[in-house]
Amino acid sequence: MSEEPKRRLIVGPFNRVEGDLEVKLEIDGGRVSAAYVNSPLFRGFERILEGRDPMDALVVAPRICGICSVSQSHAAALALAGVMGVEIPRNGMLATNLMMATENAADHLTHFHLFFMPDFARPAYEGRSWFERAEARFKAAQGSAVRGATAARAELFHVLGILGGKWPHTLTLQPGGVTRAADARDRVRLLATVGAFRRFLEDSLFGAPLDRILELAAPEDLERWRLSGPAGDFRLFLEVAEDLRLAHLGRAYGRFLSHGAYPETDGGHLYRRGTFADGRDAAFDADQVTEHHRFSRMAGRERPHPPFAGSTVPDGADEEGYSWCKAPRLAGLPYETGAIARQLVDGHPLIRALVAQDGGSVYSRVVARLLELARTVRAMEGWLRAIEPNGPWCATVEMPDNAQAVGLTEAARGALGHWLRVERGRIAGYQIIAPTTWNFSPRDLDGVPGPLEQALVGAPVQEGERTPLSVQHIVRSFDPCMVCTVH
Amino acid sequence: MNGQTLRERPLSVLWLQSGGCGGCTMSLLCAEAPDLMTLFGTAGIHLLWHPSLSEETGAEALDLFERILSGAEPLDVLCVEGSLLRGPNGTGRFHVLAGTGRPTIDWVRDLAAVAGTVLAVGTCAAYGGITAAGENIADACGLQYEGTLRGGALGGEFRARDGLPVVNVAGCPTHPNWVTETLMLLAENALKAEDLDLYQRPRFYADHLVHHGCPRNEYYEYKASAEKPSDLGCLMEHLGCLGTQAHADCNTRLWNGEGSCTRGGSACINCTAPGFEEPGHPFQQTPKFAGIPIGLPTDMPKAWFVALASLAKAATPDRVRRNAAADRIVVPPTVRPTRKG
Repeated sequence: MSEEPKRRLIVGPFNRVEGDLEVKLEIDGGRVSAAYVNSPLFRGFERILEGRDPMDALVVAPRICGICSVSQSHAAALALAGVMGVEIPRNGMLATNLMMATENAADHLTHFHLFFMPDFARPAYEGRSWFERAEARFKAAQGSAVRGATAARAELFHVLGILGGKWPHTLTLQPGGVTRAADARDRVRLLATVGAFRRFLEDSLFGAPLDRILELAAPEDLERWRLSGPAGDFRLFLEVAEDLRLAHLGRAYGRFLSHGAYPETDGGHLYRRGTFADGRDAAFDADQVTEHHRFSRMAGRERPHPPFAGSTVPDGADEEGYSWCKAPRLAGLPYETGAIARQLVDGHPLIRALVAQDGGSVYSRVVARLLELARTVRAMEGWLRAIEPNGPWCATVEMPDNAQAVGLTEAARGALGHWLRVERGRIAGYQIIAPTTWNFSPRDLDGVPGPLEQALVGAPVQEGERTPLSVQHIVRSFDPCMVCTVH
Repeated sequence: MNGQTLRERPLSVLWLQSGGCGGCTMSLLCAEAPDLMTLFGTAGIHLLWHPSLSEETGAEALDLFERILSGAEPLDVLCVEGSLLRGPNGTGRFHVLAGTGRPTIDWVRDLAAVAGTVLAVGTCAAYGGITAAGENIADACGLQYEGTLRGGALGGEFRARDGLPVVNVAGCPTHPNWVTETLMLLAENALKAEDLDLYQRPRFYADHLVHHGCPRNEYYEYKASAEKPSDLGCLMEHLGCLGTQAHADCNTRLWNGEGSCTRGGSACINCTAPGFEEPGHPFQQTPKFAGIPIGLPTDMPKAWFVALASLAKAATPDRVRRNAAADRIVVPPTVRPTRKG
């Protein structure tokens, strides 16, 4: 790599992410020395929700995002359930988990095949030992794996067709359960759909039964898979990652949080709630969350905002504000969230070992996502078998005139929270903190960069690159969703 | 013959996103039989660039936009997803096209001027949609409409190069086939002005009502109504369903295999219509006057509805009445013994 003089670069439109993203880079000596992440779109969903009937959140909130609309529905339903004090019957919980899992599994699949891997089929990598295989499988919109994954994804969404009516923007999720009871026939049909999806993963992505992915527990297991594992796109990724040293690219702060994914009847989650920072576990305390507007194009720059007292007043006048995204902090610190955070907090031995070795990186983020894909599909089969069609599906209770609650769930990209205040029977306040708000946060009150801004520091930039590839790998390893970020 | 002509080169399509959620793209990827990539390949549809699907990032994408604007790269169809943002204060700076420092609404206006046809993909791009709800601080509008009013980002008089006004493939989200079939018709030069309805939606799906093919039709006939979520009964009387007024074929052309909103147990919110985002009442409640729903089925005089509804309620079979308030069939239809032939 050649030494380059100092320069600045504005990268955009940044595609194969969800929504709009611009990254400003300061480059010094062939490496990124500072990064500023900008979401150049503002719509104002928090304000759209204010003043409405609280139940309208079930219609409006999913439309924040077309890629994780069920997650937005779920956060809204949980916040409403909190203010109503309703308990969801077991079937309703299972159906909700199935819909959430479908969206998250589809997201992981889409991210790997359509958003992340096509970068390795770029002409810049011609001549690498793996290039021809990567090009055949992952050329954007053309590769055979891209086509196959698109078809498998569409079929998986039949789960939402049956349980949710349609995707995205299903209206089925309710505070007390779901509006669609599955019967015995639906249950076996859904098992067939999920089974076919598992078959696709086994035939195409992993080249092996899911059980073998679930057995991966140590970095040496992955190493063996790379050298002599079954042919499949997973092994191809491991080969590319080793060659391009993706484990040494894109390290952020080493602090991770998860709201806990897929509630279970005993009150816990399939993937635990909590934080994992500097190698230690801790509980997640929603009361410790605040948002900073210091470098956001939002009024209220001088102090942190607890979400129940938060505001969304766009103000583009301040030249220092460089994003419509706010800066969420937990106990004053930036945290990373996503599949890697979920698996770390849940204590998965492989992901813990990878992060202990090289930190959160492009490599470990993608491995965590694929591992989670296998784990989640397995869980879906279990939930389907647990459905009791003759049991209740939805509980109903009255909406109180005044109450507040937070709905915490996990979208594919990580921790999603809706902070809802109801006053006189109407929505008085609605603040949303989405996964990419955490990950792609701008600088905070103290000038501390957000996780991606930190992860980009040190990224190598080749001479003459206008849209550095290393930057693209790092950005996409987070699977960002910018429309959620700024809502 | 309908006068289709075969094209000499594939239909070139540029897809941009503005103030929406990306959901219409995500829905498009759910196209089946065949899958989206196969359909585009076999139907002669060439994506010049799409924000989710294309390789080119940043400078490479901007180079393409410049080639299109200069005429070096012919543009047959400009697809716009998401509403157009005019705020704050008419500057459009609530959505700047990343990497350009220039509002997306300005890019869209320039590109629309050189496009053969302009397609609004989804209700946001068509009429403003959910982004225009509430106080609409983003000042969101559609390409050629603002709610039911003509105007919007391109103005009421806009015609694209090949003569059509903006084609509004409305829906929140759009059904994947509404988009692919519109593009296929354009690829054959087979979509004419008369193929669009009052709000410029393709009539092939907008001349149907969501009510058509709804599995709750028997409950509707007898006004046997669902009273709470997960009940099987008709959703019109209490739960806000607008399926008898909504222009779309959702219950005859199903979603994600075998779905539709009403099949999923939720009311139709008429998401293909301008202004659906502000129904003037909570989405899942039916506003009534003197016990009669205010929004009556399309083409039905009120007096007839009142007379028919009271007759139908009086005639409701016990089976239909009981099933309507349950989340599964509790009383099956009577099986009549048949005579052997």
